[in-house]
Amino acid sequence: MDLLHYGFMQRALLAGAVLAVAAPAVGVFLVLRRLSPIADTLAHVALAGVAAAVLLGVSPAVGALVLAAAGAMGVERLRASGRLFGEAALALFLSGGLAVALVLLSLARGVNADLLGYLFGAVTAVRPEEVWWIAGLGLAAVGTVVAFYKDLFAVTFDEESARVQGVPVDALNLLLTLLVSVTVVVGMRVVGILLTSALLVVPALSALQLARSFLEALLMAVGFGVVSVVAGLAGSFYFDVAPSGAVVLISIGLFAASTWASRWWRR
Amino acid sequence: MLSLWDGLPRGARMGDGRREGVRLEPVVAELEHVCVDFEGERVLDRVDLRVPRGAFVGVIGPNGAGKTTLLRVLLGLVRPSCGHVRLFGRDINAFRDWHRMGYVPQRAVAFETRFPATVREVVLSGRAGRVGLGRRFGPRDHAAVEWALRTAGLWDVRDRLVGKLSGGQQQRVFVARAMANEPDLLLLDEPTAGVDPEGEERFYELLRSLRRERGTTLVLVSHDVAAVAREVSQLVCLNRTLFCHGAPEEALRDGTLDRLYGARHLVVSHRH
Repeated sequence: MDLLHYGFMQRALLAGAVLAVAAPAVGVFLVLRRLSPIADTLAHVALAGVAAAVLLGVSPAVGALVLAAAGAMGVERLRASGRLFGEAALALFLSGGLAVALVLLSLARGVNADLLGYLFGAVTAVRPEEVWWIAGLGLAAVGTVVAFYKDLFAVTFDEESARVQGVPVDALNLLLTLLVSVTVVVGMRVVGILLTSALLVVPALSALQLARSFLEALLMAVGFGVVSVVAGLAGSFYFDVAPSGAVVLISIGLFAASTWASRWWRR
Repeated sequence: MLSLWDGLPRGARMGDGRREGVRLEPVVAELEHVCVDFEGERVLDRVDLRVPRGAFVGVIGPNGAGKTTLLRVLLGLVRPSCGHVRLFGRDINAFRDWHRMGYVPQRAVAFETRFPATVREVVLSGRAGRVGLGRRFGPRDHAAVEWALRTAGLWDVRDRLVGKLSGGQQQRVFVARAMANEPDLLLLDEPTAGVDPEGEERFYELLRSLRRERGTTLVLVSHDVAAVAREVSQLVCLNRTLFCHGAPEEALRDGTLDRLYGARHLVVSHRH
């Protein structure tokens, strides 16, 4: 395994593994609630945070996290109020986030902002100090899913019955959206803003083809995520192709395989 | 004020008091002059209703009569624009014991058949509110789930995906989920819609045993007049306001259905 001899590959695999566990664990709830487009929307809002951070001279990760979290609250409020059609509210935030990012980056002319790195990911350029916050955010997301697993399940399966039982549905909806924003910020460094939603959605879709229980769906999705990231990074190292593209393509390949296998898989 | 004291099960706590002519047993749910408005239109108009402990109340009425809204008012999901709602003697705004209320929603709206959840996972989720946010299920929760699964005749299919079961079994899963919370009042919204006759009979048998063995109070909304009239102890006819109430044979006298549904529907109902 000569790829592990390189420090940049060790960091890439570590950051990728964190995302590979966190994104599908959050993504299963998101897909089953039919809220998958939120991931893409919040990723674009996070880009506006990166641009603002570049302009202000603070850490891009902090800027992305703050704006993605604010976007999460805004999206959830708009969605819950029912004033706009659900997906139209998302389009508003998605294009708004991208527009703000473009305007702010044009104002920051002359500042060395690696826009392409944020759009398409630059996992092999992750610095040692970045690994810490990536791991911290990812573990916080996974820990939250584990801690609130039964509550998130109740709300995801049947929101109204959960509300009748006294489960705090609104707070849990906001929590899920915040988890998405945290995951998106982790994904931003690994696979980039444009592809981060794929790691939330595609492994979950693959798992849903085969799972024989909800817990199994969650664990399978994480398994598909880990295989995609590790195989994708290894493939990019040996064949010298873009890591984010390789990761997402392998994830889509696993989805095709699980769809094919589901014909014979007894459930 | 509508009072529903008749036709209670022999074993229910209510029965003894009634034989002695003493009405000591509490009323579990009470609506007083309740109105509900949606976008300027009155959906429920000055509805008075008292549901005594142990009763099996059937609510019938045409589409758009406000039957589901009535249930949603009792569940705290819809706020009335006038009147008062009391649950277990407390004003609904001060009511906190939501675990005493069970809800069985319409199967079609409650459930995505591709959702990868086993029967046991769904029934266990019925106790999420009682256990509390961020806390784990304990042995007592698992024992309650086992009781609910066995009583509902679902023990043998507990590890199957809910989406793979028949319509009747799925509906019993939702009753078992509500039962796992050990509710005192169970509200059911069109529970047998899309269920075959055999499944429907098993479903009503489950409700009868719940009432007999646990004294659970039941309020069931349905468009199936014949089935409801056969099963319930008290019938409520609703079309925005109350048309009739009382024991089924009394409530359906004197052309009540005719007035409730119109003459054409009455002919269809008689064929059942």
